[in-house]
Amino acid sequence: MSSHEAHAGHHHDHGDHHHEELPFWRKYIFSVDHKVIGVQYAVTALVFLFFGFTLMMIMRWQLAYPGQPIPLIGKYLSSAIAMDGILVGDGYNALGAMHGTIMVFLAIVPLAVGGFGNYVLPLQVGAPDMAFPKLNMMSYWVFFCGGVVMIASFFVPGGAAASGWTSYAPLSVIATTGQTMWLLGMVLLITSSLLGSVNFIVTAVQLRAKGLGFFRLPFFVWAQLVTSFLLLLAFPPLEAAGVLQLMDRLAGTSFFMPSGLVVSGVQQTQYAGGGSPLLWQHLFWFLAHPEVYVLILPALGIVAEVIANNTRKPLWGYKSLVYSAIFLGFMSFIVWAHHMFMTGMGTTLSTFFQATTMIISVPSVIILTCLIISLWGASIRYTVPMLFAVAFLPMFAIGGLTGLPLGLTASDIALHDTYYVIGHFHYVVAPGTIFAMFAGIYYWFPKVTGRKMNDLLGKLHFWGSFVFINAVFMPMFFQGMAGLLRRQYDQTEQLHGSLAHGLTTMSSWGAWLLALAQIPFIINFFWSIRGGTKVDANPWQATTLEWAAPSPPPHGNFDKVPVVYCGPYEYSVPGKKTDYCPQHVAMEA
Amino acid sequence: MSAAAIIPHDMEPHPVTGMYNGKFGIWLFLASEIMLFGALFSTYVLLRMGAEDGMWPKHGAEILNVPLATFNTVVLITSSVTMVLSWAALKMGDVAKGQRFLGITFLLAGTFLVVKYFEYKEKFHHFEVFLNEPMAVEGYQEPLKGIRGHFTADSPKLEADAKTGAYAIPEYVIIEPDAPHGTHEHPKPVRIESAQVKRISNFGPRHSNFLATYFTLTGLHGLHIVGGMVVILYFLLTGSTFAKKNHEKYVNRIECTGLYWHFVDLVWIFLFPVLYLL
Repeated sequence: MSSHEAHAGHHHDHGDHHHEELPFWRKYIFSVDHKVIGVQYAVTALVFLFFGFTLMMIMRWQLAYPGQPIPLIGKYLSSAIAMDGILVGDGYNALGAMHGTIMVFLAIVPLAVGGFGNYVLPLQVGAPDMAFPKLNMMSYWVFFCGGVVMIASFFVPGGAAASGWTSYAPLSVIATTGQTMWLLGMVLLITSSLLGSVNFIVTAVQLRAKGLGFFRLPFFVWAQLVTSFLLLLAFPPLEAAGVLQLMDRLAGTSFFMPSGLVVSGVQQTQYAGGGSPLLWQHLFWFLAHPEVYVLILPALGIVAEVIANNTRKPLWGYKSLVYSAIFLGFMSFIVWAHHMFMTGMGTTLSTFFQATTMIISVPSVIILTCLIISLWGASIRYTVPMLFAVAFLPMFAIGGLTGLPLGLTASDIALHDTYYVIGHFHYVVAPGTIFAMFAGIYYWFPKVTGRKMNDLLGKLHFWGSFVFINAVFMPMFFQGMAGLLRRQYDQTEQLHGSLAHGLTTMSSWGAWLLALAQIPFIINFFWSIRGGTKVDANPWQATTLEWAAPSPPPHGNFDKVPVVYCGPYEYSVPGKKTDYCPQHVAMEA
Repeated sequence: MSAAAIIPHDMEPHPVTGMYNGKFGIWLFLASEIMLFGALFSTYVLLRMGAEDGMWPKHGAEILNVPLATFNTVVLITSSVTMVLSWAALKMGDVAKGQRFLGITFLLAGTFLVVKYFEYKEKFHHFEVFLNEPMAVEGYQEPLKGIRGHFTADSPKLEADAKTGAYAIPEYVIIEPDAPHGTHEHPKPVRIESAQVKRISNFGPRHSNFLATYFTLTGLHGLHIVGGMVVILYFLLTGSTFAKKNHEKYVNRIECTGLYWHFVDLVWIFLFPVLYLL
């Protein structure tokens, strides 16, 4: 690979002679540096995460204390959401739809992929930047515009989209303008993740440092690579569906409008009819099931990194992890209709998708098992990232295992559309993925800022979050099994006098206390940027390449172009002075 | 650009993939495009299979203009050829010739869009009155569920509903029906009272699911053509300077543009039989 080396040498020269300062707006706003873009993504996503959480806290008030004015913020809400501080039904629907949309598409995916992927992936493969830096910048700004459109939709007549985050037709087609904004926002977000995923794949494949073979890649890179393929191939069908729904809404077509549709007692004669509401669901879930793995795979990647680092030994079954992640990626494309067992699509189809759903649980269990066995026999360092990573394992297990009864057609009849479903996917995404995100923030914060976050505040944050997040979601399983339906504005009638009523209130209090538990994190995050303990380039004594770069890494990342000599998790190699062998250091015989 | 770090494999192929970054990137992009159009073609299949009797034309030629589309197919295929010729000339170092073929590609793409414009326009000035009960019309062997044709001058002006965009049904309409299939003589204009009318629509997207699919698919394809033209125009304007600065890089850019252009061409190769002939 002589050309490769020549190039690398050239880059080194370039780094030495390049001292001119870029103007502020080029350096921090319209930057092409993957690290700045990664931080932009992460910060934007965290703001959206908090915003999406706030929407839910308002909804939880209505559920716990129906018909009572919302304290503190009730009087500032627009009339589309609350009247005299009391949440209205349409407002509840809008908050619910936007909570889901914001959390999935504007918070977690941008944080997991846009934030962590952008910052860490090029460093871990030893690249000076992403393969297409300008495209990377464009991806962030298209995402940002998508977010602005989504938020702006709260202010159009009729308020934001209120047809659920799934936007099922025909309800969504006859909905108010907010739905059009939702669709336009989605088209922008999809475009953004498309640009991002092309960039990630090319970077991970083409920009690997010398000696970094595919099976020397950290599991995080593998997770991001599979995730990118999912984004690349699963998102376009939703873009197609979005275009079709826009046509239905704006051009009066009938893609999703069945013949003889009656709305509020009025025959909808302006539509030709003959469309298929199920078509929307197929196209939507063709994206949205792989999307579940887009949410969880980067989380598994982060947890794997943190666990290997804090157990001080190699991950157990690295190759099994990699193959499972790839198999998971493939399978995730053929399970989508398990979201549609109750739509009447037919038992033959249901049986097929039930079978594939059971099959896809196998690689998930392999991954989780590998991570759990990795803990075996280790003298574990309980750092703050490790606490979150370890807590992730049982939380993700609960989320995953409670999914099995939903994937079986028979038990799904009882459980579908109940709070059980909400409990299930929130266990995967909230104490699952979000905990992994926190682990990642605490873990890589020293790399981004050169300073460590405070341990005490971190532990306060962890224990508060851990207790209260379970208080929020654990009751939902019981409520769901008792038959409590989701998407209800007022549960009183269904719950009246039952035990499940108390659980609703408990859930709500759990959510508000969970918000309080985030205060130490917010303080810690901002305070540590300037006030945290200064640390060297590799404070966790880690092995992967991002720790070979200075903290924070300069433009172009590495002082010296790294060459890789060993696998990603060479911890506690017998006969070595240190208990870790970084990938870029040649192991003497 | 001084701000960007130097990226490996920007120009020279990577030993694993055999491609430079841009080419690998464009192939990945095309993979996602296949999923986009794949979803839309699936939509077409699903809606057509599920269509109620008489809701979908037996074949597209009943409604669409096959000779124009055939002409357009030839135009697009030719443009793909000139695209390759442009890349080949540039690869051989002949920038002037390469730019000339690029220009021809641009003109052919423009031709395609102009033809498409006339096809679309004709559809928007052609109407169908959907009836509650089938009606006998002279020249047609069977009673018609919907009468297709053009409104006469003394027929009341149609007004679109502000909210739904659908035409409000006036007291009566007078329509001159199309000539029955295989003939050229228009039947005498027919007067239809509002009580008989179910719905009035031009042959735009809202007419039926067939036309909705037609407009969505060809419209999205048209947008891809426009996107390609913007890129080609950019290289037409900047190409000579670009090539002087870094010839190999310019050739690579045209290669990637070409890959995209062939894909857009290929989509049409599927669209043409699916919409017009089947």
